[in-house]
Amino acid sequence: MTVTAEQPADSKVGDVVFEARGLVKLYGHVTALDGCDLELRAGEVLAVIGDNGAGKSTLIKALSGAVVPDRGELLLDGTPVRLHTPLDARRYGIETVYQDLALAPALDIASNLYLGREIRRRGVAGWLRMLDKRAMRRQALRHMSELKIGLRSMTNAVEDLSGGQRQGVAVARAAAFARRLVIMDEPTAALGVRESGQVLDLIRRIRDRGLPVILVSHNMPHVFEVSDRIHVQRLGRRVALVRPQDHTMSDVVAIMTGAMPGTEQAAPADRPPEPAPDHTE
Amino acid sequence: MMEPSVVGAEAEPRTGAGPLLRQALGLSTLGPLAALVLAGLFFSIQSDRFLTGGNLSLIVQQVMVVGTLAIGQTLVILTAGIDLSNGAVMALGNIVMTRLAVASGLNVYLAIALGLLTCAGFGVLNGGLVTGLRLPPFIVTLGTLSIAFALTHIYSNEQTVTGLPSQLTYLGKTFALGQTDITYGSVLMVALFGLTWYVLSQTAAGRHLYAVGNHPEAARLTGIRTRRVLLGTYTVAGLIYGLAALLLVSRTGVGDPNAGQTDNLDSITAVVLGGTSLFGGRGSVIGTLLGALIVGVIRNGLQLIGTKSIYQTLITGILVIVAVSVDQLARRRQR
Repeated sequence: MTVTAEQPADSKVGDVVFEARGLVKLYGHVTALDGCDLELRAGEVLAVIGDNGAGKSTLIKALSGAVVPDRGELLLDGTPVRLHTPLDARRYGIETVYQDLALAPALDIASNLYLGREIRRRGVAGWLRMLDKRAMRRQALRHMSELKIGLRSMTNAVEDLSGGQRQGVAVARAAAFARRLVIMDEPTAALGVRESGQVLDLIRRIRDRGLPVILVSHNMPHVFEVSDRIHVQRLGRRVALVRPQDHTMSDVVAIMTGAMPGTEQAAPADRPPEPAPDHTE
Repeated sequence: MMEPSVVGAEAEPRTGAGPLLRQALGLSTLGPLAALVLAGLFFSIQSDRFLTGGNLSLIVQQVMVVGTLAIGQTLVILTAGIDLSNGAVMALGNIVMTRLAVASGLNVYLAIALGLLTCAGFGVLNGGLVTGLRLPPFIVTLGTLSIAFALTHIYSNEQTVTGLPSQLTYLGKTFALGQTDITYGSVLMVALFGLTWYVLSQTAAGRHLYAVGNHPEAARLTGIRTRRVLLGTYTVAGLIYGLAALLLVSRTGVGDPNAGQTDNLDSITAVVLGGTSLFGGRGSVIGTLLGALIVGVIRNGLQLIGTKSIYQTLITGILVIVAVSVDQLARRRQR
């Protein structure tokens, strides 16, 4: 992985961008998160994996503002932030690609890209709250071509697109508005082999354009193909934070299922060698 | 670092009509437009009185009240709701306006304002129950239908209000356009259709309404305040029913507690004939105008050629089934 140039001026590769400390979330007697930590660094794709019931989706919801944890804190660039709604997260520049994509199928691509953030015309027409449809189409097309998503007509309804194309629209929307990071929940789950490969390329492109990515996935080969570090979630907490080149897939699966102990205590070995080794945990 | 692979480089989905036509009408309105033209052609061949300015103006006057109710109905149906109460709410607004002006001797404009406010209030009630308690719109508006109906009869004492001041029936007055007399009420209805079209198709508020009807969860996750959109929609619809009440007064010249009892279903008919989907998120208010006109043209045309009016009901029923079937088939083919 080589990351160059396009980093935001205020963060270098390896700086911690987004961090969760000791998140706890209880649903009645069920402990979904049990003192869970997470750390995302600039310029990386961090995969989050875990078995069903490991608290993975609760963690992601807490990071994207859809769930408010009972305890623990979130830090963005080292500053504590409180996310009560998905809108809060978006205001901080955190964009999420949801598993069901959160696209309105009957609306066209440009409308979906700008849903809730429409561009209004200037002058009298803007005073009459008139939309600038042309500007939205033009910019939507620009975002698509920046990410090499091969959709040319922004006036097609999303329901007329293939699964991969829809994923492309959702990812382009996140990438267009994210200023700090992008969270993707199972982006390849509904796709075939070829389209999955294209979405993985898309994830790399977003990272290479300077936005770190949190990738939630069940698919081990995809995780190993695209991620820089892997966060293994088990029983509501992080049990390991490993680099894919240091471990085999079966090791990671063993940690995930509890067949092998986690590496969370053996901290330094599993940290990326890059900068500041011990300023968390 | 830029791989050549591209998401979705394969076939672009085909587009139907050109973007201009699509933007002006929306594909879903082409069917109703064709139906309206065909019906018009048929009746102008059958009767030479059909295609005269006077008769066309009459058709518009005949659809004025239901057409205006159908504007509010379209808004509600686009959010995947339905409003059974609109005819009853209009009747209540109609009685409030006329009784306050005549029996209570209130200033006419104040009476009109209070009538409009009553209808908007019912919109707030409908929207509040749908969003606050998350009750199904069908049940909520079935309830408010009965409430508005009962209040109308209690407040009016079953009496028709007569002797209205002229300001209340002003919208029934006409002006001449060439050889044809046109009522101000017709102009108000067309203007309301135009304004609603603008808001729905040219503003963010309209987009949000479609999104809420199409995929409420997606709308919520993109930061749209879905409850506020719904509450606003029902409230605006209520206000529009108030304007329909004013049009009703101008057309009948009295305050009639028994008015509008089947208008709720007639307004749904107009919306459906106009190609708007009852599942929400698809359709247009221009379609609704066409739908209302189709019903008006058929009724008027059958009268002109001397057919019993019950055949109008029969044909409308068949058309509704055809319209919904076409909508379903088109949708299924897309999937």
